[in-house]
Formats: sequence, C-alpha cells, structure tokens
Amino acid sequence: MFGQLMSMILTEDFLFSIIRITAPILFAALGAVVAEKAGVTNIGLEGTMMISALLGMLTSYWTQSWVLGVLVAILVGVLLGLMMGFFYLKLKTDIILAGIAVNMLGSGGTIFLLYMFTGMRGNTGSLSSANILIPTLDIPLIKNIPVLRSILSGHSVLTYVAFLCVVLVWMLLYRTSLGLNIRAVGENPNAASSVGVSVNKIRYIAIGISGALAGMGGAFMSMYYSQGWNSGMVAGRGFIALAAQAMGRGEPVGAMLSSLLFGLAQALKNKVTGLTGLASYNYLVAGIPYLVTIIGLVIYAASTLRKVKRRKAIDKE
Amino acid sequence: MENTNTNYVIQMKGITKVYPNGIAANQNVDFAVKEGEIHALMGENGAGKSTLMKMLFGLEQPTEGEILVRGEKVHLSSPTVAIAHGIGMVHQHFMLVPSLTVAENIVLGMAPTKGIFVDYKKAVEITETYAQKYNLHVDANAKVMDIPVGMKQKVEILKALVRGAKILILDEPTAVLTTQETTELFRELVHLKEQGYTIIFISHKLKEIKEITDRMTILRGGRSMGVYNTADTSEQDISRLMVGRDVILNVQKDQAQPTDIVLKVKDLEYTNEWNRKMLDKVSFAVRKGEILGIAGVEGNGQSELVQMLFNLNQPEGGTAEVNGKNILGVDQNKIRAMGVSLIPEDRMTYGIAATGTIEENVISDRSEKKQFNNGPLFNMKALHAESDRLVKEYQVLCKSAQQQVGMLSGGNIQKVVVAREFSSDPVLIIADQPTRGIDVGATEFIRKKLVELSRAGAAVLLVSADLNEVIELSDSLVVFYGGKISAYFEDTSAINDEIMGEYMLGLKHQSEEEIRRVCHEG
Repeated sequence: MFGQLMSMILTEDFLFSIIRITAPILFAALGAVVAEKAGVTNIGLEGTMMISALLGMLTSYWTQSWVLGVLVAILVGVLLGLMMGFFYLKLKTDIILAGIAVNMLGSGGTIFLLYMFTGMRGNTGSLSSANILIPTLDIPLIKNIPVLRSILSGHSVLTYVAFLCVVLVWMLLYRTSLGLNIRAVGENPNAASSVGVSVNKIRYIAIGISGALAGMGGAFMSMYYSQGWNSGMVAGRGFIALAAQAMGRGEPVGAMLSSLLFGLAQALKNKVTGLTGLASYNYLVAGIPYLVTIIGLVIYAASTLRKVKRRKAIDKE
Repeated sequence: MENTNTNYVIQMKGITKVYPNGIAANQNVDFAVKEGEIHALMGENGAGKSTLMKMLFGLEQPTEGEILVRGEKVHLSSPTVAIAHGIGMVHQHFMLVPSLTVAENIVLGMAPTKGIFVDYKKAVEITETYAQKYNLHVDANAKVMDIPVGMKQKVEILKALVRGAKILILDEPTAVLTTQETTELFRELVHLKEQGYTIIFISHKLKEIKEITDRMTILRGGRSMGVYNTADTSEQDISRLMVGRDVILNVQKDQAQPTDIVLKVKDLEYTNEWNRKMLDKVSFAVRKGEILGIAGVEGNGQSELVQMLFNLNQPEGGTAEVNGKNILGVDQNKIRAMGVSLIPEDRMTYGIAATGTIEENVISDRSEKKQFNNGPLFNMKALHAESDRLVKEYQVLCKSAQQQVGMLSGGNIQKVVVAREFSSDPVLIIADQPTRGIDVGATEFIRKKLVELSRAGAAVLLVSADLNEVIELSDSLVVFYGGKISAYFEDTSAINDEIMGEYMLGLKHQSEEEIRRVCHEG
C-alpha cells in the first residue's frame, strides 16, 4: 500500500496538483498578510471567498466573460473588506465579530442569493460551460521542457497570478510608500499618527486589498477549481490561509511556503482517498489538511515562543 | 497691546485644563519661552507638566486660556497643526516603528518617491544630511529595534527637525538614558541651541536642569510656581518650590509602640526591561504597631517594591519575609493567608473588578471560607450579611451592596478596596498611594483607619507620593531615590519639607550606618 502511495506521489501529475491546490490558499494567505501587516486580523477571508466565488461565477455566466467574472469577484472582495473596515474602524465593533459576520454571510447568504438569482439550490452545476471558466495557459519556454512542462505549464491564468501576487505584495509592502505606512500603522499606530499618517485610512486600504486577494481566491475556486459553485466549496481554506499567514511569520514568501505545505497536505489527501483498501478510512484521511494545519501552527507557536524567550534573555543582559 | 514682546516664541496664557473626569491638571498656568533658549519645565510627577506640553503639541485642547506662537494666536487642534507651526515633540515613550529602519522612521508619512516606489536612497540621504548638520549621529540603515535607546532618541529629534520644527519639546528625555548618553544628549542640545533652536526640557532632575537650561518654569499641583533664571536659583530653592507642602494636615495619633519585626526585606534587587536598576539592594523592616512611610518622587522604585512584595513581579535577588516566612514568588492567596493586605496603587486594575458588585468585590478574598458556604454552594445569607456589614462599617455610599463597583465615585471605590483589605485581620498592610485622587472625606476616613489598625497591632507600610500624607501618617519614614533608600527618619515629627526635598531629589544622601537603622537589627 505504501509503495502504491509513493508511486502516486512521485509523479509530475501530483506536483502539478499541489500547485493547483495551493493557489486559492495562497491568495487568501496573501490577503491575511496584507491585513495583518496593518494590524487587522481579517478572519472574514472564508466568507469573502464564498461570496466572491458565487458572484464571480454568476457574472461570468451572465456576461459569458470569465474576465468580467474575475473582476466582479475582486470588486466584491474589496467591498466586503471595506464593509468589515467600516464596522471595525468606524462603528468600533470587534474585528473578529465583523469577520464572523462575513463568514456567516458567506455560508448562509450565498445559498439564498443563488436561489434568488437562479432558483438553484446549493450549487451551480448546470451553469458551467467552458467559456465561462478561467482558461489555462501554456508557458512558452517551459512547455518545451520535458518534466517541468507537465508540472509548471498548463495551469490556469489565475494560478500564475497567485504566485505573481507573492512578488507584488512583497513589493507593495517593502518598496512603496503605502507599504511603509501599512507596516508602520500595524506596528505602532501612535507613531504613524504622530507624523500625520491616517491610521484608519491605511487600514481601510489594507483590508480592501486583503478582500481583493480573497476575491481572486474565490473566483479561482468556482471558476476553475470546482468548475462551478457549491456551498461546501471553500471548505475552510480561508482559515487555513490565516494559519499560513501566521506560520509564514506574516511575510509574503513565508506565507507562500506555508500555503504550499497545506497544498501538499490537501493533494495528499486527494490521492490517499483514491487508494484502494483505504476506502473505509476516507473520513479519517479527509482530516489530513486540517491536521497538518494544527501541527504547523504548533511548530510555529513553539518556535516563536523560543524566539520571544531568547529576546527577553538578550534584553536582560 | 499685550503681545508686543516678539522675543517670546511661545506664550501660553492662563491655561486651565480640566479633564472630563473632573481632574484639573492645569490651573491658570502662564508659560512663556524665549527664542533660542533651553527652558526647563519642572515639577513632580502629576504636577501637570505633560498635560501642558500636550496642549502645546496639539494632543489636548486647553479648557481655558490661549496659546501664541511668535505673538500670533493659534489653535493647535492636532500634532499636524503644531508641526506646521514649527513645534516638534520628543515623547517619553518613543513614537517609532521598531521593524522599520532609522531612515524609514524619519521619512514616515512624507517618504520621498521615485515613480510608485519609495526612494529609499533619498531617505537615507535626507537622514544623513540632517544627522551631519545637527551632529546627531545615527545609523540610517539599521532597524530601530536593533539600536540603543540613546540613538532612538536622536532619531526622534531628527524626525522633528526634518519636519521643520524650530521649537523642540523633550519630555523627560534623560529618563531612559545612561549617564554617557545623557552627556552626549546635552552636548547635542547645546549645539542645537547655538543654531537658533528653542528647546523645552521637561524634567524633575535638579542636576540636569542646572547644567543645561537657561530659565525654568516650576509647576506644582497644576499651578505655576513662577519663572526663574537657572543661574540665579539654587538647587535648594528649586527643591523647595517643587515639593513644598501646601497645607499641614493634622492626624491625631498616639505615640507608636512598635514591637516585633513583621516584614523584613533584605537586599532586594530589580532591573526593569529598559535595563534600569529600579531596586538596588533595598533593605528595611516594618514592626508590629508602627507605620513606616516610603516617600520619594514617583519612579524611584516604590512601585516596583510593592510589586515584588505581592508577587506581581520577580526580583533578581534579595529576600522578603513576613513573620519569618518567605513571601517572594509565593501565590497571592498564600500571601494573604499569612495576613498580608494590599491597597494597590492602580485600584481599577488590581483593587477591584469594576463590573462586579460591591458584594462580589468585598468577599472575593474570603469566599472560600466555610462560614460563607453550604457544601458546594454559597451561603448567600451569610455573604449578604458580611457585605452589608462592611458597607456600613466602611461608610461606602451606595444604594446597596449589589451595586456595580465601577459606577461608584473614586473615593467610594477605594473604600470598597479598603473594606476588604482592612477587615481580614491583617498583620501587615501595604498601602500604596491609598488616597490618590479621592475626595477629602474618603481620604480622612482611610487615614484614620490606617492609624487605628496600626495602633491595634498591625504593621503598616505606607507608600505615598503625597508628602503631607507620608509625613503626617508615618511614625518613621524612609526616602527612595534612584532605587535606593537615601534617608531614614526615625521620628517624623522632626522632619521639615526642605530637608525631605533634598533627599527626594538626590541632593543629599545619608550614610550607610544611618540608613541601616531601619532594619532594626539589634
């Protein structure tokens, strides 16, 4: 059985699937990174992905344009982010509660919206057709290289965008004036406001960007990954993304590596589920990604704890 | 015309600041600074220095009075407006972002850009140009979290200068600096003065004031005690103006008859997170039947001492015993079981649970006792009886013991704390600022109770920044200065404020032998 598993894992196909599975987690994780840098914990990523996924999909269907679908998904993400910002910054509610509200809207509201718009219950199965899905792309040079070709080429446009976003988010945070302000606001809001930087404005922008990234993650889910929308589709990816942000120490590249780890766990789950002789344990296997999330967070917590202790020891000297 | 004297860059006239909670931090204060001088703003903690400067920097608005900058009346509604008028402030707690570099911190909010990107090279250039010009050497590329405190302060000064400040307010700038760093800072400040900058220097350290300032304004209890030329004023005069007593209280008390030692503290040491020695081999003893007062300007180790004695913090070395048993690192409920009571300095955090009822607060230390329980459940009758008794005995003004504590006035909240702490038959009472910020009636009541309990045989350790209070209430008294005991007075009736002031501000220090008497070792 183990041999059977190994032979499945050591394939180009498996590596390809890791990248594909990582993309939506990566989008959301980058969203978490940007918000957290500004000192806002965006716990509403999950719900944002759900709502963006649905409205993106529907737009794509109505307009028969996947580009418009993705744009609407992004716009919805931004609006949901700003709404959370409004609750948190203007009405002074707890950001966690605002996030939970968005998540509940995501799980319940989407089913309602879908039924209202289309009369369908729970999924958009019958809507899907090739031209409303996000197309795949062959990478010019790589598509001629034997092994790499089947791992790196032929992904959806949005998959490449996800990895490109790692660079873009990094540049935003570390090379632009906005990024400087975001980092300052997140770390010492008093310092920022004492030099005339509007803490609230920067936080609105950051959570808006965070929403946009989650929106792309949502679009990816419905318009490529699941080829349609269904109510259980996001399946905790928004929360796994928060874990990826934390494990990646809040940095874009770190978040990408953690996302890849979670992508690997998810891909593994998919493979193992398909193994013969394990069928009766499927419900156990389904827990792998979540187990990896927990283990990852424990390792992360242990290492930061050690770092904090070391720091204190240094200060004491 | 009142404002013809253009020599003044800053004039604050008749400033009164009353906070929404009714505390008057400044009352009719006049404050004027001449162009190009280093002007000290002096006073004890709580004298209103910071409030006055917050108004000048636009962080607070005066309730009454007006502010003139270069003879022109201004409305300083925010720090941004103050900066636009050329006023910059270096806060006591640095306003820096630790993970950003020095250059990034300096240009924050006004970062130079090239296209959509920050022009980091330019930021470094700006930093280095200013650093060079004002002789404030900083490492532009280092992250703020990695640089020493002295350099952080320079970064703050540069931040203000880069933004065009001509008038610099420095809020207790030396509080976090080592001696060498202080010397360096003074050199830099003099250099800035020579280049025409005006500096307002907040401090309560006499030596520094004498060393660096031209003139000074002294505040006491929110009022101005006048403006003086530093050169013409002796340290003794300053100390008298800063810490004099306004009214002499008269507390009736019999001569203390102290007997056995209850609290024995030996060589207690503690260094805080900024590497300052807050307690430096502190030793003393409190005996049954006496009140030992601890006087001193706040921030000289008193708070830390109380924290150690009630296990709110861990010392590096030394011992503390109550009736021969160690109390360091011991759980609070065990310390309480030994008969130790605490009136904490911060009553809202450590004294009460604000959302609980009076009853819940007063019984919180005794709710586990048998008499208040019926098996696993509370005996509500007994609890009500106990809380009603305490409310009555300690004259807590309330509708009933079921009222929320947080809704009471400060004085009544403190009475709730006192009712709990004094009614548990304590052998040792640690009273940290027991009457701060509360009304006269409650103050008198608490003081009377303290004397009563001590005469009935409790040992009392009284920490207070209120000079009246420590002198009148204590039987004997120690003065804290720089984490050490600088004086011990066996009999408080012979003390006058002038002598006290000199010990409190570190002008004088008793000999080791004199101080050691407070340990009562044979």
